[in-house]
Amino acid sequence: MTAPLHEETAAETAVVEPALNKAEKAIEGRSLGRIAWERLKRDKVALIGGTIVLLLVLVAIFAPVIAALTGQSPNERHEDLIDPLFSTPKGALGGMSADHLLGVEPVSGRDILTRIVYGARVSILVGFLSAFVAVIFGTILGTLAGYFGGWLDALISRVMDMLLAFPQLLFIISLISVMPNDLFGLTGTGVRLLVMILVIGFFGWPYIGRIVRGQVLSLREREYIEAARSLGAGRGYIIGKELLPNLVAPITVYMTLMIPTNILTEAALSFLGVGVKPPTASWGSMLSDAVSFYESDPMYMIIPGVAIFITVLAFNLFGDGVRDALDPKGTR
Amino acid sequence: MLTYLIRRLFAVAVMLVVIILAVFCIFFLIPKWTGIDPATMFVGKQADKESVEAVREKLQLDDPVLVQLFEFFKGLLVGRDYTSGGDTTHCSAPCFGYSFRTEQEIWPVLTDRLPVTLSLALGAAVIWLLIGLTVGVLSALKRGSLWDRLAMTGALAGVSLPVYFTGLISLAVFAYQLDLVSNSFTPFGDDPVKWFSGMILPWITLAFLFGAMYARLTRATMLEVMGEDYIRTARAKGLKEPVVIGKHAMRSTMTPVLTLLGIDIGALMGGAILTETTFSIPGLGQAVLKAITDRDLPLILGVTLITATAVVIANLIVDLLYGVIDPRVRLG
Repeated sequence: MTAPLHEETAAETAVVEPALNKAEKAIEGRSLGRIAWERLKRDKVALIGGTIVLLLVLVAIFAPVIAALTGQSPNERHEDLIDPLFSTPKGALGGMSADHLLGVEPVSGRDILTRIVYGARVSILVGFLSAFVAVIFGTILGTLAGYFGGWLDALISRVMDMLLAFPQLLFIISLISVMPNDLFGLTGTGVRLLVMILVIGFFGWPYIGRIVRGQVLSLREREYIEAARSLGAGRGYIIGKELLPNLVAPITVYMTLMIPTNILTEAALSFLGVGVKPPTASWGSMLSDAVSFYESDPMYMIIPGVAIFITVLAFNLFGDGVRDALDPKGTR
Repeated sequence: MLTYLIRRLFAVAVMLVVIILAVFCIFFLIPKWTGIDPATMFVGKQADKESVEAVREKLQLDDPVLVQLFEFFKGLLVGRDYTSGGDTTHCSAPCFGYSFRTEQEIWPVLTDRLPVTLSLALGAAVIWLLIGLTVGVLSALKRGSLWDRLAMTGALAGVSLPVYFTGLISLAVFAYQLDLVSNSFTPFGDDPVKWFSGMILPWITLAFLFGAMYARLTRATMLEVMGEDYIRTARAKGLKEPVVIGKHAMRSTMTPVLTLLGIDIGALMGGAILTETTFSIPGLGQAVLKAITDRDLPLILGVTLITATAVVIANLIVDLLYGVIDPRVRLG
């Protein structure tokens, strides 16, 4: 939960210096996005991370297609492949075979590959949407606090401090546990997904909010804002057209680095049994099932664990690359 | 200094009250909005009408939330009396009430489990500080070297691995395959050697994750600090490099590391849920997870409050330490 904190110093250096941009523009006529992209293109590690992220998103979107290609479905049981004595899969490496490329689950014999593929849907969906929720709340409240100052700033800042010091995991678990089975026309896993997205996003917004507030606080004193104001620009115009474009870079960096943290939180919640409901596949709940089999069927624990690891690592690598690319002080 | 302390303690009290309010909201107001009867929630779905009514009366669920809230605060500060069927039991301060499920008093449960979690968190903290600071400082001093690249790749991998996955792997390898350490928890009082053997894996697993975070943070801060003017001054007046680094640079580097340490140790008091679940350690995290799934409100309130208090106290200690370590900080 505390992971985004560590990026703070780095993200703060990712401030877009408007003056610097203009100077570069005058000389070479390249936009910030263009400069960032050219830097990112040279960062091989970040590109690899980005490619894996892209692949994962595609896997998540086309999960049914992949399942159809392998001829398996995530919830179909193959009890004939299970050793009745130990409830573990028959054959070596957790029952890997041409039919079941990554083997089958102990007890039920469900195909692990398709479950991993469907599990990617849950991870990616929760990871992205909760980061999106955090960005929306964080940007709005951070801008309000930074731009208007006074009691509004004091109030929002206090709330942010408090949320950051909250025992978050406890509250997330508690909130999920009191949610009913039917909500807004959704049932079971649907409710859990919605609640996870909202709650993880809710506890994430102060991280974005603090950065945005700090940025707005320093930007609103700049000459170009004063110039806009003296030309008669309204608050809405200044915030929307003058401030927000300069916030895009730090927000992008933070959002990319927040997604892996959220994916880890979703996996942790499912691991603890308050995430998606069975039989929906999630990497966290697969690992939680694997706890009882770590001695007899280690492959069942390794596969979802590696899936989480690769996903989170890819997002982190890509996020670091984006941060370096958007950092005007960077030398690369 | 004294006014500073008083101001901080006041903020602590406000924070704790807000947390209590939030927990009450979660378990009383949200069920009301979503149409769940708290009494049925606490008894379980299959309960008959009579036992639901019994619970409602025993827990005084018909009282308005504000009255229940008042009773809770009263119990915390001066103790409270419980009347059921003619008998009156006195619960002396600090009274967290009785568990809805086991009908045990909450306070002894908390004092039983706190030392377990505390020993887990502190033991791990010693290891991760050693690893994090050493790796971080060395990487910063040899920026761009092979060591730096390897260490930072390792650190990035470390922050991308969930604790319950590394935990399971280490259990499978070191406890099961190699049989080097114990795979279960033994209380310190029973057998200190066995206790140590059972705690090594949880400590290292936790320290691996946090050590990676701290290494990244230390490196980033150290690089920033080494560019400061006073470091150049120290070098210019002829100080030897070890003195410049050890005495001048390290002091400022420690500030953000300490901030994070305060937050992390505090958060681990309730956030070690994952580690405790993976290694079956009977600490606060395991107790609260069970309490949440049982909807045992008094126990949840108890653990949440202990956790929040720990976070706040740890932060306070850290703030006081700033003044000692970093000569640039003056508390006022």
